[in-house]
Amino acid sequence: MTAVTAVAAEPLAELRDVTFGYGARSVLRGLDLWIDRGELLAIVGVNGSGKTTLLRLLAGTLRPGSGSVSVFGRRVSAFDRRELARRVAVLPQSLQLPSGFRVAEIVEMGRTPHARSRFGATADDEAAVERALVDAAALDLADRPVEELSGGERQRVLVAMALAQEPELLLLDEPTVHLDLGHQVALLDTVERQRRNRGLTVVAVLHDLALAASYATRVALLDGGRVVAEGPPRDVMRPPLLAATFGVGLDEAITPDGARHLVLRRPGG
Amino acid sequence: MRATLVTARPLLRGPSLGRTALVLGGGGALLLVALVAAVAIGTVGVGPGETAGILAHRLLGLPITATWSPAAETIILDLRLPRVLTAMLVGAGLATAGTVFQALLRNPLADPYIIGTASGASLGAISGLLLPILLPGLAIGAGTAWLGIGAVQVLAFIGGLLTVIVVYAVARSGGRAPVVTLLLTGYAVSSVLAAAVALLMFSSGRALGVIFGWLMGSLGGASWTDLALAAPLVLVAFSAILARWRRLNVLLLGDRQAAHLGLDVERERWILTMLATLATSAVVAISGTIGFVGLVVPHLLRLAIGPDHRLLLPASAVFGALLLVVADLGARLAGGIPVGIITALIGAPFFIWLLRRSRSVALTVAP
Repeated sequence: MTAVTAVAAEPLAELRDVTFGYGARSVLRGLDLWIDRGELLAIVGVNGSGKTTLLRLLAGTLRPGSGSVSVFGRRVSAFDRRELARRVAVLPQSLQLPSGFRVAEIVEMGRTPHARSRFGATADDEAAVERALVDAAALDLADRPVEELSGGERQRVLVAMALAQEPELLLLDEPTVHLDLGHQVALLDTVERQRRNRGLTVVAVLHDLALAASYATRVALLDGGRVVAEGPPRDVMRPPLLAATFGVGLDEAITPDGARHLVLRRPGG
Repeated sequence: MRATLVTARPLLRGPSLGRTALVLGGGGALLLVALVAAVAIGTVGVGPGETAGILAHRLLGLPITATWSPAAETIILDLRLPRVLTAMLVGAGLATAGTVFQALLRNPLADPYIIGTASGASLGAISGLLLPILLPGLAIGAGTAWLGIGAVQVLAFIGGLLTVIVVYAVARSGGRAPVVTLLLTGYAVSSVLAAAVALLMFSSGRALGVIFGWLMGSLGGASWTDLALAAPLVLVAFSAILARWRRLNVLLLGDRQAAHLGLDVERERWILTMLATLATSAVVAISGTIGFVGLVVPHLLRLAIGPDHRLLLPASAVFGALLLVVADLGARLAGGIPVGIITALIGAPFFIWLLRRSRSVALTVAP
C-alpha cells in the first residue's frame, strides 16, 4: 500500500481510517483509500465487504462512524446536499421509474441540483440534457414513455440522467448486474469515453472481475472492511490474491495476443 | 467520430402552453358553469339569467338593473353562494392534498387522511359537539363562538394538525421517518383516535345524528365566516406546494435517488406533509370528513394528463373543486343528504370502472 510514485496533486476524494456499521454489524473497519482526478477506480470484493457502503459514504447518503470522508478537499458532511449533487452523481443498480414520464423528462430530473428556473428548463439545462442523451446513446429514446423501455434502454436512461448532472465524480454501484454482456460493455464504454474526453473521475463497484480488469485504471480489493490490495489491474488481479479473497480457484491464461486473462478453475478439476 | 445531432424541436417541452390552457381553461370554464348552475338550482328556483345577473352585479360590480326579488338575492348571496364556494374550496384542498400524499408516499391508495388527519379532526369536532352536552357548565360548545368561529371548527382544525405532528414525532427515529413507519404509525394512531370517537358516539345519546352527519361530511353549515378563515390557509398551502413541483417529481424516483439529486428528503417530506395537512385540516374543519375526492381526483388526472406536478397540482385543484360542486348539488337535490354519501356512492363505482379500463395505475414502473 505504499505509494511508489509521489502524489503530486491532492486526491479528488479521500477516505481515512473510516469505520461504519449497520447496528451491531460492522462493515468498514479502518478503511483507507484515495481517488485521483480522472481515474477509473474499480472496487472489487466479496458480498458484504463494504463496497456499496463505501460509495454511499462518498455520495453523502451515509455518514462514517469514525474517520473522515472528503471530496474536493472538504468533508462530505460539510457540503449542502444540493451543492454535493452538482459535483457527484450516482448511477444506481436499478431504479423504479415513475410511470407516465417521457425519457427526456426523466433525464431532465438530473438537472435538479442545477435548477434555476422556477417553472421550466433554462437553455443550459436543455443543452446538458441533449448532450447527456447523445453521450448515453439514448437520444432516440427521448420521446418514449418510460414504461415501454427494455432493461438495457432503461439503464441508458439512468446513465443519461447521471450525465445530465454534469458531475466531476461519477459513482457506479454495480451498474451492470441486470445487463447482458453486450450492454455491460456498452455502458462501460460510455463511461470510459466520458473519462477520457471530459476528465470525469469514476469509482465503480464491479462484480465482474474481467470487466474490472479491462476498464479500470486502478483496482482496489476490499476484504473484511479494509482495502487489502490496491494498484493497477495487472498487479491486483492476480490469481493468488483473488483466490484468497473470493475462496475460489483461479488461473491466469495468456491469449495469443499476449493479454493476460483470469479464468475460473473448474470445481473439482 | 460522432455526428452532431441537431434536434428540430426542444426535448424538454414540459407541459405545453396549449395543453395547460386546455386542461386548466377547460376545467375553469366547466367550474364556472357548475358554479352558476349550483347557485341557481334549489328548492326556490332562481333563473340562470337572474343568478348570473345577481352574481355579476353584486360580485363584479357590473351595472345591471335588478330584475330579481330581494329574497332571491338573499338566497343566492347568503345561502347558496357561500355553500358552493365552500364546496369549491374543500374539493380543491382535498384533491391537492391527495396529490401530495400519493407522490410523497408513492402509494396510489394514499388520500389526504392517510396519516391520521381525519380521525384527529373527527375527535376534535366531536369533542366540540359534545362538550356542551356532557359538561353543561362549560362555557364552550357548538353554540359559543370565538371571533365568529365555532368550537367545532377550531377543535377539528387543531385535532387534524396535531395528530399528524404526533404521528410524525412517533415515527421519527434518528432524524428519519421512513414512509412505511409513517404509514403504520398513522394507522395505529388513527385506530386509537377512532376508538375514542366510537366511544363518544356510543355515549352521545340524542347527539348521534349530528355527529354522524359531521363524519359523513356535509356542506350544510357553510358560511362566509368559515370560508374567509379556511380559504387563506388553503391558498397559502396550495401556493407553497405548487412552488415545490420539481421536488415532488424527483421524490417519485425514491428517497435514495432524490438524495443523490440534491434533495434533503426527510426535510422535504416533513414540509410537504405539513402543507398538505394544513390544507386538509382547514377544509375538514368547515366540511367534515368528505371521502373519495382526495383519492380519486389525483388518480384520474394522473391517467389523463400525466404525472408532472407542474400541471397535475393546479389541475387537481380545479377538478377537485368541480367534482365537489357537482356532488354537493346532487346531495341537495337528493333531499339534503351528506355530500360524502354522494361522493362515495357515485365516485367509487366510477373509479372501479376506470381502474379496469386503464392498464397502469401504479405510480412507478418496476425495473
